Amino acid sequence: MYQYTDFDRQFVRQRADQFRDQLGRWQTGKLSEEEFRPLRLQNGWYVQRYAPMLRVAVPYGELSSRQIRALALIAREYDEPEAEVYRTALETQGALGTATLPTHYAHFTTRTNVQYNWIPLSKSADVMDLLASVDMHGIQTSGNCIRNITTDERAGIAQDEVADPRPFAEIMRQWSTLHPEFAFLPRKFKIAITGATEDRAATDWHDVGLKLVRNDAGELGFRVAVGGGMGRTPMIGPVVREFLPWNQIMNYLEAVVRVYNRYGRRDNKYKARIKILVKAEGQKYIDDVEQEYREIVEIDGGPHTITQAEFDRVAASFVPPALAGRRDAMPQGERDALLQRQSAASVPFARWLARNVAPHQDPGLRAVTLSFKRRLQAPGDASADQLDVLAGLVDRFSAGEARVTHDQNILLPWVHAEDLFELWQAASDAGLASANVHLLTDMIACPGGDFCALANARSIPIAEAITERYQDLDELDDIGEIDLHISGCINSCGHHHSGHIGILGVDKDGKEWYQVTLGGSDGSALSGRSAAGKVIGPSFSAPEVPDVIEAVLTTYRDTRLAGETFINTVRRVGLDPFKTAANAARFAVAAQESAS
Amino acid sequence: MTLKPIRLVSAEEHAEAGASDDPKVVRLPNDADPHTLADRLDAIERIDLDFPQFHDGRAFSQAFLLRRRLGFKGDIRATGDVLIDQLVQMERTGFTSAALKPGVDAADAQRQFERFPAFYQGDAVEVEPLFARTGA
Repeated sequence: MYQYTDFDRQFVRQRADQFRDQLGRWQTGKLSEEEFRPLRLQNGWYVQRYAPMLRVAVPYGELSSRQIRALALIAREYDEPEAEVYRTALETQGALGTATLPTHYAHFTTRTNVQYNWIPLSKSADVMDLLASVDMHGIQTSGNCIRNITTDERAGIAQDEVADPRPFAEIMRQWSTLHPEFAFLPRKFKIAITGATEDRAATDWHDVGLKLVRNDAGELGFRVAVGGGMGRTPMIGPVVREFLPWNQIMNYLEAVVRVYNRYGRRDNKYKARIKILVKAEGQKYIDDVEQEYREIVEIDGGPHTITQAEFDRVAASFVPPALAGRRDAMPQGERDALLQRQSAASVPFARWLARNVAPHQDPGLRAVTLSFKRRLQAPGDASADQLDVLAGLVDRFSAGEARVTHDQNILLPWVHAEDLFELWQAASDAGLASANVHLLTDMIACPGGDFCALANARSIPIAEAITERYQDLDELDDIGEIDLHISGCINSCGHHHSGHIGILGVDKDGKEWYQVTLGGSDGSALSGRSAAGKVIGPSFSAPEVPDVIEAVLTTYRDTRLAGETFINTVRRVGLDPFKTAANAARFAVAAQESAS
Repeated sequence: MTLKPIRLVSAEEHAEAGASDDPKVVRLPNDADPHTLADRLDAIERIDLDFPQFHDGRAFSQAFLLRRRLGFKGDIRATGDVLIDQLVQMERTGFTSAALKPGVDAADAQRQFERFPAFYQGDAVEVEPLFARTGA
């Protein structure tokens, strides 16, 4: 993991002090609500449906056990609404059918950040101090600025890696942090970077998507795509540069963002993302960026060219931890035999091993996903106690390091193969061993209308209903790998556009309805070329949704060729059979309701 | 290039100075290209850049281009909806004065300059990024 320098540490503390100053001025009326808003947003503080929400930055998803314990402490001590606020929330959401609104919780997001839903603003400055004490903050987790940079959950350990993206992610984090020119862009700006051949970071869907590649001469550089994004107008970012030398990345990003800051639309927030500019201008945008980049290098002298010394300094933080060589390595034959014996003795372990454990660059190690997708808790939710248990597992089994994944799970990057059984037992006890990674119940869902002021509909009850219906692991295995993504509104925090099955909450006459899309892709090998899913018809009522999903999945199982995945069947046969099945489910529920 | 710290100008002072039709003072709308001034920068003493709303950040890029790319040596002034929490950013992108809105507490404004001793990235004043300056 990156090791904070004294400068980094002091910087985050100063940022916390600055926020306290701003909060104080707002509380005494010196800052208007409107003026305070972007300041609190750029520290991660939203005001949601009932209470503020805090989004804590987890740069490229990496967390230490010490940081997880601090997150647990914040959940336990601060994630508690005032009584009146909570009563109103329970009453209002209860009327819609929401039974519980958990408090003392944290939530992992698709941008690999951590969110809290109930911390009162009056305690916000104290929380920022606490975060700063463990080298954490909420800098630029919201607002119209460069947001937290995401990367591959298997960065530095993936077998298909060209180069470790984390040193670049950290160098770019520093470059984008409190950038004086780019804090008030037309709209938010998201960067993702991967160093592997398999795209586990959905880079095509970002304002800037970066892929580390080698050119014919074997030199390292970036393939740069600009102008992807979800929301109202889903777009895949076109490649603007096939190869940019690695040391030029910040000079080039400066050009990309400066052209956007000058010419991006500001008259309509739904047309303000860079994707709209790139689409409207086409080649001219690319020409403008190339011209600006040349001037940054030739006239300004390319001051942000990454020096080898700086790269080496940062990269030194990302060497594998000492634990990897802690014990005498077990010979591979012996290790394989051990895992075989353990698998034979326990079917649940064998399933978990096949599903949640991935190979590693180090043959003695594995990457293990702890699933935060299980009954009775929302996707990506973790209680204070679960966070503490997690911190213990991270210390015991993964050299004190964990990764938040963009699928809202936790990955342990440094697990010894011979410890897997023990880890599985401990994770099972903690309820974190659902053997469902990449299966239907490993769904992505935003917090939705139970918490978010932007949402048109609730996401969590939909996720819950589908999870309840699909608890049979044999059935889930038979359905196979599939991406189900749920967003409560068109802002697409639940990435519905990229789901093989996407569910989008819409508002019709003040009631919750859900649009279903099929065939979306995040650009991974399983999903194929990145694309937005297509709507299969008019939206469905909440009670219809689980039946519709079941109808769609039944159609798949009836139609598929041997070994064919859901997404490939959808591509092969088209939407019609699925539309027919989904519509039949719509009438079934309507008829039942009218009969009762 | 060594620049003086940004000078805070009261609303009254700015109103008085802005009343003149001095050809050495130019107001540049925030959707204009600073390069259009490139040929006559030597004859200009002050360029006023506009923040129609504080969250419209185009003038930050204009200031940077004027100062750094075009080498303008005169005063660059932030006008319009100037938020004191943006003063440090303004100074870093090349502004040398800022017209404060009426009623702003000067002590609150001053405090903003004392908070961060340094920043990561280079800017119009401190051209080199931190890593290049500290030789890390």
